[in-house]
Amino acid sequence: MPGVILFAILALVAILSAIGMLTSTNAVHAALFLVINLACIAVFFLGLSAPFLAMVQVTVYAGAIMVLFLFVIMLLGAERVPLSSRLRWQAPLAIALVLALLAVTLLVAFSPQVQGNLVNPRPVPPEAQGFGSPQAVGETLFARYLLPFQMVGLLLLVAMIGVVVLTKDERKPTGHISENAQASDRAA
Amino acid sequence: MDGLFSIVPLIILAPFTGVLINVFFGRKLMPRRDSVAPGVIASSMAGFSFLIAVLMFFALLANPAGAEVPVLTWINVGDGDFTLHIPWTLKVDTLSSVMMLVVTGVGTLIHIYAIGYMHGDIDEKAASRGLEGEEALDFKRRRYARFFAFFNLFLGSMLVLVTANNYLMMFVGWELVGLCSYLLIGFWFDSPEKNEAGQIIGVLNSSAGRKAFVVNRVGDFGMLLAIMLIFWSFGTLEFDDVFARAECMIEAPQAECLTLSAAELAPQGEGEAAAEEHGEGEARALTTPIALGPFAPTLGVVVTAITLLLLLGATGKSAQIPLFVWLPDAMAGPTPVSALIHAATMVTAGIYMITRSNVLYAMAPVSGMVVAVIGGATAFVAASIAVAQFDIKRVLAYSTISQLGFMIAAVGLGGYIAGIFHLATHAFFKALLFLGSGSVIHGMEHGHHHAHGQGEHHDAPHGEDERPFDPQDMRQMGGLRKHMPVTTWVYIIGALALAGIPPLAGFWSKDEILLDASLNSTLVYILLTVAAFFTAFYMGRQVFMVFYGSERTEAARHAQESPPVMTIPLIVLAGLSVVGGLINLPVGGLHPLGRWLEESVANAHIASFNILVATISTVLALVAIGLSYLLYGRKPLEEGEADPLYSTGPVFTFLNRKWYWDELYAAIFVRPYNRLGDFLANAVDWQFWHDFVHDRIIADAFQGWAAILSRPIDLGIVDGAVNGVAQLVESTSRSLRRVQTGYVRNYALAVLMGVVAILAYLAIRFLV
Amino acid sequence: MLNETVFLVPTSYFVILSAVLFSIGVAGVLLRRNAILIFMSVELMLNAANLAFVAFARSLLDQGGQVFVFFVMTVAAAEVAIGLALIVAIFRSKRSTDIDELNSMEG
Repeated sequence: MPGVILFAILALVAILSAIGMLTSTNAVHAALFLVINLACIAVFFLGLSAPFLAMVQVTVYAGAIMVLFLFVIMLLGAERVPLSSRLRWQAPLAIALVLALLAVTLLVAFSPQVQGNLVNPRPVPPEAQGFGSPQAVGETLFARYLLPFQMVGLLLLVAMIGVVVLTKDERKPTGHISENAQASDRAA
Repeated sequence: MDGLFSIVPLIILAPFTGVLINVFFGRKLMPRRDSVAPGVIASSMAGFSFLIAVLMFFALLANPAGAEVPVLTWINVGDGDFTLHIPWTLKVDTLSSVMMLVVTGVGTLIHIYAIGYMHGDIDEKAASRGLEGEEALDFKRRRYARFFAFFNLFLGSMLVLVTANNYLMMFVGWELVGLCSYLLIGFWFDSPEKNEAGQIIGVLNSSAGRKAFVVNRVGDFGMLLAIMLIFWSFGTLEFDDVFARAECMIEAPQAECLTLSAAELAPQGEGEAAAEEHGEGEARALTTPIALGPFAPTLGVVVTAITLLLLLGATGKSAQIPLFVWLPDAMAGPTPVSALIHAATMVTAGIYMITRSNVLYAMAPVSGMVVAVIGGATAFVAASIAVAQFDIKRVLAYSTISQLGFMIAAVGLGGYIAGIFHLATHAFFKALLFLGSGSVIHGMEHGHHHAHGQGEHHDAPHGEDERPFDPQDMRQMGGLRKHMPVTTWVYIIGALALAGIPPLAGFWSKDEILLDASLNSTLVYILLTVAAFFTAFYMGRQVFMVFYGSERTEAARHAQESPPVMTIPLIVLAGLSVVGGLINLPVGGLHPLGRWLEESVANAHIASFNILVATISTVLALVAIGLSYLLYGRKPLEEGEADPLYSTGPVFTFLNRKWYWDELYAAIFVRPYNRLGDFLANAVDWQFWHDFVHDRIIADAFQGWAAILSRPIDLGIVDGAVNGVAQLVESTSRSLRRVQTGYVRNYALAVLMGVVAILAYLAIRFLV
Repeated sequence: MLNETVFLVPTSYFVILSAVLFSIGVAGVLLRRNAILIFMSVELMLNAANLAFVAFARSLLDQGGQVFVFFVMTVAAAEVAIGLALIVAIFRSKRSTDIDELNSMEG
């Protein structure tokens, strides 16, 4: 029962922080709301026997990714993010569709077919000790999922190259050279 | 010996081979101006044909019945009751053999003569056109080869005609001959016959050719109608079958005879029996009804109609009244052409055709009489016209018409042997006279050039009026005896033969015609006798004017004898003219030609010699020659002196203008025809048909209809449909393009719509 | 430390939470026009999915779900790196991070 209460509190925080992010007009605030949300999820991971993922969540998401977001926001000076105003007609349609999506999802989730097959978590049996520990996840990752792991590594490499290419400054220094040349011509 | 008959197709093949050689290689065969190769080829082809004709003659001596040599089947249609079977089968019998010998024999001599004559003629024409050097050579090459190609074609066509065994094939030859005459009379079609003064003398050659062609068409029209009527009545066109069925129908109904063929008929005896029978049945009407569509005339009427229509054909081809007018104008052609037309080939076709159809003519006495009267009248009229002509060839042309009238009269009176006999002898001496006149013209032209070549421009008046040089005008000749001895002698022989002086060829044949006439028809006899008198007179006049007296022009003074290639055929023909009478010498019951022709001409009968008729005609001829001597010989015409016959005033003018036949035809036919043509062309065709019917009615209706089709239907409906579809597509896409807003979030929304829709679908599938 | 037994709540709770968070993420993508916020919303959606993965992994005691979440995080990191680079590039030329300005593909 205390688990349920804890869950409820955390879920509430997560949802509220998500809504806060959604409605915030300041990009920095939105990023901070998202950090709260990610932290909540990290706590959930911890309670769901996934301590390794929880650590990764905190370091990669809350740490690296969100820092990157904040960095970009600060770099561009784009803190002011007004709410949508141009496509006014899209907002009600979008909300209706989102509600419909939620309704369909919940309808499926609470249908008897799904409820009957859904297995509620029980205490980890002794033979499965260490479930979700870094060691166990590492073994699974490097044994069963070696190829996808390599692929992901490759993906990160490509992404890195892409970022370098995309952000490279394309301005060329030719203008200066010609100006200098002209100046030297004049001088001569 | 019968096998020899089978080579007869060569007689036609040879001239046509010559045609092909001269058409395709003739020009190459003339490297130099004096080359004669085309003429030699043509002459040797003609000579080869003559050789075949001689072989046929010997074959017939052995087997007088002759043969029919099939070459190919031309038309073969129908079955059962109606069949039209036209073979090209060559008929060799004594009649066609005589024709072959005459045509190829005289034809060959004319070919040889033409080798020399055409050289001079073409050079003359080239000079008159101012052609020189290579141009003149090219001109000569083309014309020389063309001339001999036409010449051989003419000969071959005539042989097609005489060897035909049916009327249609004969008609083919008939038309081919007409075509060749057109081509050859108009040989100088591009030459306006101008003299040095630039005036046009004589008829235009092409219009002369056209006249011959058109006038012949009239006769051919009759011939064609006759052929159709023959086929309709007798169901066949082969000579022997036609005659057998016609005779059969005298006794039996038409239907029984229609399957009859000559081959089934008993060969010799019955034919003669039928002839005999017919002889006594002449008075009896031929009453067998003949089914002709809705009509059923009697056999007598049908045969009379057929024979009269055939006569119309004969008057066209053999230049008889009323269709003789083309022949004098045919003088426009080169002289060898005249000789070939007059003596050997074309004009004899009518006589041959009537002789060939003798069975039909025997059944139609009315037609026979008409034929005889037409022949007699033609003989008289043409002879009287010939008296008053000044053109040396024109005199001979009317003489030919006159002599053809003799032959036609003879065959009309049943004297087929006399007619064919005269045809043969006439071929000899008329060819001789024409070629002789050609030699005279040749000499005159030569003399003319000689005179002017020496620079003595001598265009002084030579006649009663200021007449330019005309090598054919007898008034400009005279005294040629001194310059052209060979021509003179052979010409005199020909003239005497034509005048009917014994023992030359013309005497025997003309006498036999007069004998037949005296026995059958007094009217025709009188006409022919007068014509014979005129004949002797105008020949005497011609000889005295041309060869005796003094030279009346420079040209005559410088005239020169023709080369041997021209004189040798003349001498041969002169010899034939002397001895030609022997082929049917009536002495001692001989009549070789009569016996010969009896084999193939069913109604031939041999007339015995009548000393009275012979004496009368001979005396008259001598009187006529004496008269001509009085008028022209004793005191020859001097330079500028008028013809003594002018003293007869209007009579002479009337004769000189040829009885005004041409003017009469011009008034009756030509001018109304031209006016009708003008009316049809301008009023009916152009104004009514073109301007009104086409431009107004049809064009306007079409344009109106097109306007309806184009504007409301095509532009409105068809284009509207097409444009409407296009506009629909355009407006649809114009509204649809607004979907592509360019806003990413719109697209994301659309994606979400899809996601929700798919999820809803899957959920329903899963849950229900 | 959280005792893992404390958190034995029914799986469906996590599913509902996951769905709600996902829907909020979707709404963020559709409603906000700032590129950075849209990326944040995408991150939110990915996290909602991760939560569901981990919850099912726990109930089924299958570590494959956790490994998959690991991959998702990796891909998300790559995606954010590329996306932010794009935003920087766009900002350089447009002086804005408003994606509604980028409508030159309008039909």
